Amino acid sequence: MGQIEWAMWANEQALASGLILITGGIVATAGQFTKWGFGAYSIAAGVFVCLLEYPRGKRRKGSTMERCGQKYLTRVVKVLGPLSKNYYVRAVLHLGLAVPAGFLLATLLGTACLAIASSIYLLAAFHGEQWTPIESKPKERPQVGGTIKQPPSNPPPRPPAEARKKPSEEEAAASAAVSGGPQENPVLVVDEVV
Amino acid sequence: MGNWVENEGLSIFVIAALPLARAPAACLNFNCMLILLPVCRNLLSFLRGSSACCSTRIRRQLDRNLTFHKLVAWMIALHTAIHTIAHLFNVEWCVDARSGKSKPYLVALSDLGYKPGESYLNFAEKRFKNPEGGLYVAVTRLAGITGIVITLCLILIITSSTKTIRRSYFEVFWYTHHLFVIFFIGLAIHGAERIVRGQTPQSLKEHNYTFCKNRTSEWGKIKECPIPQFSGNPPMTWYWIVGPMFLYLCERLVRFWRSQQKVVITKVVTHPFKTIELQMKKKGFKMEVGQYIFVKCPKVSRLEWHPFTLTSAPEEDFFSIHIRIVGDWTEGLFNACGCDKQEFQDAWKLPKIAVDGPFGTASEDVFSYEVVMLVGAGIGVTPFASILKSVWYKYCNNATNLRLKKIYFYWLCRDTHAFEWFADLLQLLETQMQERNNADFLSYNIYLTGWDESQADHFAVHHDEEKDVITGLKQKTLYGRPNWDNEFKTIASQHPNTRIGVFLCGPEALAETLNKQCISNSDSGPRGVHFIFNKENF
Repeated sequence: MGQIEWAMWANEQALASGLILITGGIVATAGQFTKWGFGAYSIAAGVFVCLLEYPRGKRRKGSTMERCGQKYLTRVVKVLGPLSKNYYVRAVLHLGLAVPAGFLLATLLGTACLAIASSIYLLAAFHGEQWTPIESKPKERPQVGGTIKQPPSNPPPRPPAEARKKPSEEEAAASAAVSGGPQENPVLVVDEVV
Repeated sequence: MGNWVENEGLSIFVIAALPLARAPAACLNFNCMLILLPVCRNLLSFLRGSSACCSTRIRRQLDRNLTFHKLVAWMIALHTAIHTIAHLFNVEWCVDARSGKSKPYLVALSDLGYKPGESYLNFAEKRFKNPEGGLYVAVTRLAGITGIVITLCLILIITSSTKTIRRSYFEVFWYTHHLFVIFFIGLAIHGAERIVRGQTPQSLKEHNYTFCKNRTSEWGKIKECPIPQFSGNPPMTWYWIVGPMFLYLCERLVRFWRSQQKVVITKVVTHPFKTIELQMKKKGFKMEVGQYIFVKCPKVSRLEWHPFTLTSAPEEDFFSIHIRIVGDWTEGLFNACGCDKQEFQDAWKLPKIAVDGPFGTASEDVFSYEVVMLVGAGIGVTPFASILKSVWYKYCNNATNLRLKKIYFYWLCRDTHAFEWFADLLQLLETQMQERNNADFLSYNIYLTGWDESQADHFAVHHDEEKDVITGLKQKTLYGRPNWDNEFKTIASQHPNTRIGVFLCGPEALAETLNKQCISNSDSGPRGVHFIFNKENF
């Protein structure tokens, strides 16, 4: 199990615990159980945990599947600094959040689940893991169409490399079109003499 | 004992909470029975093999076993949630009634049972107030303890079974999933204390609810209202789950027994780009095209089983798998087989291997068409190795009896690096077909979807050479994605009035595209060309 990143599992567990805390809290508050104030707290704590845990951290190896729409929350969570980055802090935070919910039976399950998530985060922290946000690099749109305005002005033989860079792309596209066969050309083919 | 909804005393007491807890409990009984069955893969294989009388379509449903397992798991989660929430209300109200904080009738009912000669209705024995009372019940009663423990197990199983964890950290998923043992044991004893109570039939006859409801102070004193007696339901769950638990135990024993069968590695071949091929022999091993096996190597890990598609044909006297070295286990296997060493390895140094299988639908349908289109995308090309080899063996042995006359093979991948061995296979088939003067039997098209500028220059320059620069094959590699419309139309025009089978092993999106193409390019009448799409679940 050398390559395992415990934080990934801790994240799933914490997210589930958040949801369970919210559910237990709603039951206690809506049912107006005795000391339902703890239920109200549980809803708030659950919402906070869910928001904190929703953005998945970047894995050390390989690509990470983002959760739907997580980039907005990633920006917020990033701002929290060591609270989100350091897993020791997260472990302690989750344990602290879990304790008050343990006073009501309705939210006790949430406490247990969040405590387990906290211990998995502690394990992750021992292994030196930390949370890195997934940031998408702005895609550079290749301005291909922009530079192909005029046919090459120099007659052959043409100078190598630098001058030939853009025209060679057309060349390849044109030759591929000539070779026939079913292929969709990624670049608009301009009728050029090769 | 009476139906717990009809039993007035009880239903009045707990209003809607108890039936709302009992209903999902009944569903849970059924679902927990079902969940163990789809994972008994040896049992399913046996059923598939022995039900030769049933149509292939029915047998193929057995291949969706994991999807079924997941659906049932979600149902279990849903019913557990409803059951727990309903019981939370139940416990809260019962504890309230016991500590006097409820309607007088309910308080009176709750007072019963803790003197000699009485039986209790309300299971909250101590008169603790909420929330301590509720917590006390949960941790002192068997139903409470088992309930919390098995729900925690269920949650841990679910969180470690998400796609991310399953794909990337299989061991966490596999070992945590074994918490199901605790789940089932807890489930069986969950109702053993019989704390869900109702009036006994005897008491129902003697104590009339309607008459005695408002005379709580006179209970036991007047003739019409003796003290009501209660009893609990016996636990029913174990009836449902004991059968599947036994079947699953048998399944694990069968897997263990099979893993003890001797498997001999006859050859280990290293292919370029971190792929190895293991050729093995096992007594009594019978396979069909397109199936897969589970492999365990005790030297690398004593507990892990990993699935691999079989790449050999049934006609060969050995069976083989091609393994890409991507993780801990595969790397361990690589070292254990001595692939990192240059010199020739002695046979006795090769590790012991355990094999379970083969599993999966056989792709025999390929042989029932005259013309087929085989499409493999990425790693989906692996089962086609088995199919192509088998087709070739059949052709060589008895060409006239073979219904299959023409194969159009499409291989789509980002680059062929990971599947160099497959390119070698195609090369071998190409040379053999040339020798037999039937170069047209198999026409294949390789599409590299991950080309870039520097490669494009290279292709353009070497365009006119006889053999392809990438694969060394006579038929040229093509770049980008195929134009399926063109492909289908060309094939349709070359084979009018035939049924053409289309087989795909690849992503869902491609399946949809091909399905649409099959439909739009098939003629509407009974005569004419028909494309039949087979979405194989390799």
